[in-house]
Amino acid sequence: MDKIRRNKLAIVLFILPAAMLFIGIIIIPIIMSAIYSFQNWDGMTQAEFVGFKNYAELFTSKSAGFVKTLGNAFLFAGLSVFIQLPIALGLALLISKGIKGESFFVTVFFIPVLISTVVIGQLWTKIYNPEYGILNIALNAVGLGSLKRTWLGDQNTALFAVFIPMLWQYVGYHMLLMYAGIKSISTDIIEAARIDGATQWQISKSIIIPMIKPVIRICVIFAVTGSLKAFDLIYVLTGGGPAHASEVPSTLMVSMIFRRNRYGFGSTIAVMIIFLCFFFAILIKKFFKTEEDLEVKK
Amino acid sequence: MIKEAKLTHPNDSAMPINKRKPIVTYVILIFWTIVNIFPLYWMFTFSLKSNAEIFGENVIGLPIDWLWENYREAMTTGNMALYFLNSIIVTSITIVLTVICSLMACYALTRLEWPGRKLANNIFMLGLTVPIHAAILPVFVILRSLKMTDSYQALIIPYTAFALAMAIMIFGSFIGNVPKEIEEAACIDGCGTFGIFFRIVLPLMRPAISTVTIFTFLQAWNELMFAVIFNSKSEFRTIPVGIQTLSGSYTTKWGPIGAALVIATFPTLIVYAFMSKKIQKSLIAGAVKG
Repeated sequence: MDKIRRNKLAIVLFILPAAMLFIGIIIIPIIMSAIYSFQNWDGMTQAEFVGFKNYAELFTSKSAGFVKTLGNAFLFAGLSVFIQLPIALGLALLISKGIKGESFFVTVFFIPVLISTVVIGQLWTKIYNPEYGILNIALNAVGLGSLKRTWLGDQNTALFAVFIPMLWQYVGYHMLLMYAGIKSISTDIIEAARIDGATQWQISKSIIIPMIKPVIRICVIFAVTGSLKAFDLIYVLTGGGPAHASEVPSTLMVSMIFRRNRYGFGSTIAVMIIFLCFFFAILIKKFFKTEEDLEVKK
Repeated sequence: MIKEAKLTHPNDSAMPINKRKPIVTYVILIFWTIVNIFPLYWMFTFSLKSNAEIFGENVIGLPIDWLWENYREAMTTGNMALYFLNSIIVTSITIVLTVICSLMACYALTRLEWPGRKLANNIFMLGLTVPIHAAILPVFVILRSLKMTDSYQALIIPYTAFALAMAIMIFGSFIGNVPKEIEEAACIDGCGTFGIFFRIVLPLMRPAISTVTIFTFLQAWNELMFAVIFNSKSEFRTIPVGIQTLSGSYTTKWGPIGAALVIATFPTLIVYAFMSKKIQKSLIAGAVKG
């Protein structure tokens, strides 16, 4: 058996395809991105090493607009954590109470997660259509015609109008994760609390929510890093417009690289996106962990 | 005392609370069901309507004339048939490659013994957190210098590479359930390393393979960023990019666009209808362990 487990030919043949793909498409490109980020390069002519100039431009140049995109990404992250996750948690708590049709609701709420973001984006473009979209038609019908606007074309509403489909798409995902977390809690604990006279609200607040904290932590990480990486929906709905009102880091990156041929500067944005995703994932893990540790000590 | 109460009246104490609340609960849940379903219902109905119906005569009702013509137009003039075929080619080859590469790698990483395998495993797991943005420009530069943009490979190779980490992790959590004793028994019966892998491990990993397939399918079928940038010719366009093109050329005619959206969505929904539990479980497993 030992000989079989150390079969050199098998080891090489088994690991090689995955390793080659992984190194060629992920590891080397990450290193290349980091190198490009220190260069001034248009993709054609000779690249020129410029040190941290691109990074300085990111944070100082108003015309590059990176700081604004970062603000938008953080706004999305905040809205996701404080609006989307509570809705998901509420739904998960309601569904898992042991009602009839439990699995029907879970199944239905999860549908939007599976649909392509492009389809969702196109669908919502139609919903928001200023003349024929159902949103404005509905506003007219209930006598609120004065609220009608070109939702995606108005600088004041574009960002929020992009957030609604984002929320709509992913509530089901967070709901499912939290629901699975709640279902994994032993029913004895909840039953015991109920016998002691705890109300459903008390059970949710003092037993279920603390016990599914690890799941909530995962949801917070996904919501924040997802907002920092968001691309598809914004690309489809507004393309970052109007006048950069809904621009996020990844749409800015793509337009810098593939429209303005600023390969170096675009890579700097890519590096910042990776860095921020890692940074916030670790930060959130740390933040939640200390809280859990404290609880253990109590 | 408590035990007795639990045995004889299992729900007594809970009843009054649960009895008052269901109405509110159901109102909320049904409201959210409508919020979820209505946009999709609207999409389906306007895919079968004429502009006149969509724009005023019959905004939210079922179509009066069922205009299947919209689907024909999306498929032929709108090229959706081609995009659909491209998506199937790209997605299925990506799934096959991902399953083969990651299952073999996972076996080597968990069951075979060689120096550096722990490190290799950690490096693969790092891939779980790398966003595709990290690689998009360098991969584009590499593909361009190899003259490989505008091809199926331009998507299949990056999709496979980015699916590996998750797949290896899922296989890793399943392979723990394959007892080492089975492998040892097979060894005594005269199986070599390859025999054990193909005849013993592979068949036992079937549930894991379906989980990985679900994941990879959703990722490859819906992916937009790579597909937009790596392929500019229409002959290799996948559905997400195709829909973008279509909506650009049909700004005033909504029916065929609606049809294209339904065409893009129905494979996922049909699969989901048959295996919703399995899909939900797969996505939970992927998230919680990642």
